[in-house]
Amino acid sequence: MTEPRVVRVAAGQGFWGDWLEAPFRQVTDGPIDYLMMDYLAEVTMSIMQKQKSRDPRLGYARDFPQVMERILPAIAEKGIRVTSNAGGVNPRGCAEAVLEAARRLGLAGRIRVGLVTGDDILDRLDDLLARGHELRDMDTGRPLTEIRDRILSANAYIGMEAIVRALAEGADVVVTGRVTDTGLTLGPLVHEFGWRADDYDRIAAGTVAGHIIECGAQCSGGNLLRNWRSVRGLENPGFPIVEVAADGAFTVTKHPGTGGVVSVPSVSEQLVYEMGDPRSYITPDGVADFTTIALAQEGRDRVRVSGVRGAPRTGMLKVSIAYFYGYKAVGTLVYAWPDAFEKAREADRILRARLAALGLEFEQILTEYVGANATHGALAGPPNPEAPEIQLRVGVRAREKAPVERFTREIAPLVLTGPPSVTGFAGGRPQVEEIVAYWPALVDRREIEPHVRVEILAA
Amino acid sequence: MSDTEPLQLRYLAHARSGDKGDTANVGLIALEPDYYPILLAEVTTERVTEHFRGMVNGVERFELPNLHALNFLLHGALDGGGTVSLKTDAQGKVYSTALLRLEIPVPATLARRLGAAAAP
Repeated sequence: MTEPRVVRVAAGQGFWGDWLEAPFRQVTDGPIDYLMMDYLAEVTMSIMQKQKSRDPRLGYARDFPQVMERILPAIAEKGIRVTSNAGGVNPRGCAEAVLEAARRLGLAGRIRVGLVTGDDILDRLDDLLARGHELRDMDTGRPLTEIRDRILSANAYIGMEAIVRALAEGADVVVTGRVTDTGLTLGPLVHEFGWRADDYDRIAAGTVAGHIIECGAQCSGGNLLRNWRSVRGLENPGFPIVEVAADGAFTVTKHPGTGGVVSVPSVSEQLVYEMGDPRSYITPDGVADFTTIALAQEGRDRVRVSGVRGAPRTGMLKVSIAYFYGYKAVGTLVYAWPDAFEKAREADRILRARLAALGLEFEQILTEYVGANATHGALAGPPNPEAPEIQLRVGVRAREKAPVERFTREIAPLVLTGPPSVTGFAGGRPQVEEIVAYWPALVDRREIEPHVRVEILAA
Repeated sequence: MSDTEPLQLRYLAHARSGDKGDTANVGLIALEPDYYPILLAEVTTERVTEHFRGMVNGVERFELPNLHALNFLLHGALDGGGTVSLKTDAQGKVYSTALLRLEIPVPATLARRLGAAAAP
């Protein structure tokens, strides 16, 4: 009897800034068929847009071509294919950077890059609005016209179909913009197994597989709360791999010899991460019912996932819009025992009185006491009067830059003009940060999908 | 009325939290399948709303019996959320353990066994 065929999809990055060794380990430490690398979070697109506005060659995850340069020889030799949304707001620039890396490595002619475009609707917004698409904020119901003149980027979340097309046309590396995190895993599975778009349960199963590995090691021992002391080997964390069968059932695992753990609790914690209504986990490709997922430990660092049920996809796609909001800054000072909390609180009172006397207007001033209540608020109970130190952390936000700029000059003076036993100001003045805010909306998918393009570029 | 004692959720469940806009979610997972019915009966929307009074402006609860888990949406928990929020925990990463501070009534024998096992 032959073993049933499985397709192995490995996660190489869970966000832009994840552990840079992981992709290399995934392609060298054991067998995989696909490497998926998720780079995009809600705010990432706006950061990339800002970079592109300064230099039109930028606007993508610059880590990605560097990572690819390191792993291209191995993936070319082993036939591993890569899917990634590292393209951000400039997928073409990203794809070309990957091709340049291939040429430098002498792999010209051996690497084909699939480029997916069409998610970027920044230039189409006025047309969409004019034709009655309101693009209201999904959470607040406000109309987009309120922020129209401050919009920096606008991208529709597209699903796995363009990835499937790129793979079918022979791409070794698929570079996309705002393809969903889960689509990066589901695309290869649909390509390999030929699942139909109306095969709701298998589409849902592949989506759940994607959700489990999209945050990298967060399903394999990283950030695991249960028995956290017992998680060993995180100096070399094993990033997750799903071994998927044609019926959609799959096993979550990691390469032998790596650290961390793949267990029912580790997978459960990732399943509930960023969850809304578990009965309808909505993606462009379908709707997965997380209450149907069955988990079982089938061996060491092996969790079996089966039983996933799905429902048809909806007629709408989510749109991620980033717009300029205003300015913020955060200042901190550390107060030492004795009476650390009381000293910090008195410093906050003095600071607020000075800001008020200067006539500065803020949308908000937020004070937190790190070591007393910064993470759990009043639930943390009364501050410990014997605390060895407390960090005063004051944040301000305003629509105008001037008051925030002045705030950053009011922290250091507290050192010589406020309560005693204060330190921790060596970092200098707080930085004024521009706030780019996120506006989630929905759009009819028929407005987007005809614009999605797949091109195959060769080195 | 059977004999019950208060016990912190940390002895009965583990948790992970994340964000969507200005809403934090907390997935609360029973440490043992036997504890799930206790969570289901005692970690009510009302009790969680009271626990987070002043920190959130609305709570929704969903059940995942297959994972022995409950999912809570904590609306307005992130002071604007994302990049707008000034909070240390702007993305709601540690609302998970804040929920584990909640005390619920459990059978006295269980409270003593778990509380004593965890005592230093």
